[in-house]
Amino acid sequence: MHLDEKIWLTLSFGMIMAFMVITGYQTFALEMGPPSNNELIDPQKVDETAPFNEPGIKQIGENEYEVVMTLQVFSFNPMDIEVPAGSTVHFTLTSKDVVHGFEIAGTNVNAMVMPGHIQKITQKFDEPGKYLVLCNEYCGAGHQVMSTTITVK
Amino acid sequence: MIKSPLKSKVDSRDGKLAMAHLYVAFIALLVGGLAGLLQVLVRSGKFQLPAGIGYYQILTVHGVVLGLVLTTFFIMGFQLSVVSKTAGTFTGKQRTVGWIGFWIMTIGTIAAAVMILLNKASVLYTFYAPLQAHFIFYLGLTLVVVGSWTVGAAIIMKYAEWRRANPGQQSPLLTFMALVNTLMWIVATIGVAATVLIQLLPWSLGWVDTVNVAVSRTLFWYFGHPLVYFWLLPAYMVWYAIIPKIIGGKIFSDSLARMSFILFLLFSIPVGFHHQLLEPGIDAAWKFLQVVLTFAVVIPSLMTAFSLFASFETFGRSKGAKGLFGWLKKLPWGDARFTVPFIGMVAFIPAGAGGIVNASHQMNQVIHNTIWVTGHFHLTVATAVVLTFFGAAFWLVPHLTGRKLTKKMNKLALIQGSLWAIGMTFMSGAMHAAGLLGAPRRSAFSDYGGSAQAAEWIPYQIAQAVGGSILFIAIILMLYIFINLAFFAPKGEQEFPVGEALHPEEKAPMVFENWKLWLGITVLLILFAYTIPFIDLIQNAPPGSKGFKLW
Ligand SMILES: [Cu+2]
Ligand SMILES: [Cu+2]
Repeated sequence: MHLDEKIWLTLSFGMIMAFMVITGYQTFALEMGPPSNNELIDPQKVDETAPFNEPGIKQIGENEYEVVMTLQVFSFNPMDIEVPAGSTVHFTLTSKDVVHGFEIAGTNVNAMVMPGHIQKITQKFDEPGKYLVLCNEYCGAGHQVMSTTITVK
Repeated sequence: MIKSPLKSKVDSRDGKLAMAHLYVAFIALLVGGLAGLLQVLVRSGKFQLPAGIGYYQILTVHGVVLGLVLTTFFIMGFQLSVVSKTAGTFTGKQRTVGWIGFWIMTIGTIAAAVMILLNKASVLYTFYAPLQAHFIFYLGLTLVVVGSWTVGAAIIMKYAEWRRANPGQQSPLLTFMALVNTLMWIVATIGVAATVLIQLLPWSLGWVDTVNVAVSRTLFWYFGHPLVYFWLLPAYMVWYAIIPKIIGGKIFSDSLARMSFILFLLFSIPVGFHHQLLEPGIDAAWKFLQVVLTFAVVIPSLMTAFSLFASFETFGRSKGAKGLFGWLKKLPWGDARFTVPFIGMVAFIPAGAGGIVNASHQMNQVIHNTIWVTGHFHLTVATAVVLTFFGAAFWLVPHLTGRKLTKKMNKLALIQGSLWAIGMTFMSGAMHAAGLLGAPRRSAFSDYGGSAQAAEWIPYQIAQAVGGSILFIAIILMLYIFINLAFFAPKGEQEFPVGEALHPEEKAPMVFENWKLWLGITVLLILFAYTIPFIDLIQNAPPGSKGFKLW
């Protein structure tokens, strides 16, 4: 092996190892892992199953809210949520039909919402504004109109 | 034993089989390219599809026809050619197997295409169960896969015959590489075959009511990631083993090339979870394990980059180049067979960096399902890979049809490559930028109820339309060149360039040809990465999902 080749391979391995350590540290030590909740639900009985029998927003602490939301073609329920600036919002999500995506543009909130599974993701909203919430997983002819808003006041 | 003498030309019967594959590939380029043009125009917000055609129907055409049909047919035709060239002419029986495979793939393609055109299958090429297509769509795609196994069988038979005839010798480099890609493809497609045969076909036929969505997605992505390596490895064959000959240099290291291909076989499969990082039901620790394996597959790509630039530099210096980058000037920039794939290599640098972002657990969350991802794979497959395929077609097609690449066609080919680079810079650049702002992929035009955020994406969508239109012109130019080389170019002998190693006396260790060992490790790695989370998805499954037709 040439010296240059050895240097290159050492740098490559070093860089890759650094990436692994950083992603690993963020995932396990800082709990920044991707949304991976593991709870099941009958996709045919979402409306009868708690907590999805009462979708909506609920205050659960000072500056802390829980949003229970269903996704279905081609809408979110509840729509047009409002929270005060500085609140932490815990989203609990499931789908009543096909696979949808839950993305809040301009934040890192991004999760797949699959029928039969309950997905969870949390976000703290500091900046006031009107955030676009949209479905980013193809779900049918009206996929591009599946959106709502979160207003942070 | 002395190596069997090789003909300088691919046998014309093998050439016909390879050309049959290339014809289908270039028809796919036209159809898929047209679909792509319509998509960027729709997303600019200034154009509507004529009545009756759906955006997602066009999108399904684009994905299936370019992602599966163009690539698979081109790759099979190319691999048959390099094996025939470097391991010798196929026997009658092997060639018949190849033809059977070709027809199975073609029939499958037509069946799937008809269903898409009838609007019975607008589920995109990633299937998206519980969206449910007509069963003939799934059946057609199964035939494409089974046909590709059959063509692959011809390559495996030829390799086995060569080894028997040349005991104790290392196989020709290009044959070795074609074999690795074929084996990787077979192991990978088992996943998509399983979801289609066990889940989607019985479900779309109404034999079972429901489907396990998470299992179907997991099986698909078990296949979906190695799919991108199946596209990439033939480009690497050209870069490692053919480009050095075109520029008049040598292959930097035969062993390094073989080692990197073995690493691709091992690491490109057990990594599918990096497409499912944001899904419920899979533990974050298993996702992280596959992220680590994904990073491992970056190593052979970095080795490839080193080897390529080392062979360029060695060549330049042998021509008396001075200084750190003086060798760049010695490269044959006027030769489209070199320059067009070179544009692809350059595109692979940002493409690879973007790929690491996509795979990185947390950063993935920023870009997942945004149009950034579309921008990413238009740099990898639709620039690095496709421009390398075009670069190969410039000599392969005339070689197989007994014609010559003329100066005029070479010039057009250079223009074609430059147009591609310009168009893609606009389109992919705008896609990356809009994706970072949150614009979704796989969506028709929408102003999202007058959202201010969505309004910021529109200038980028117009840039995509500009870039996409330039790319479509480049496609038309490529088709013109292809037709010229296949039917009208002057008769003659076009060289089939096959590189030689810089140090032919350095033999690669024979352990590289020990397939029991490499396939064994491949299977172990797959079992390691998948067994526990996969069993978990089956055992802890929710009630299944009924089929939906929502387009
Ligand atoms: Cu949706
Ligand atoms: Cu991947």
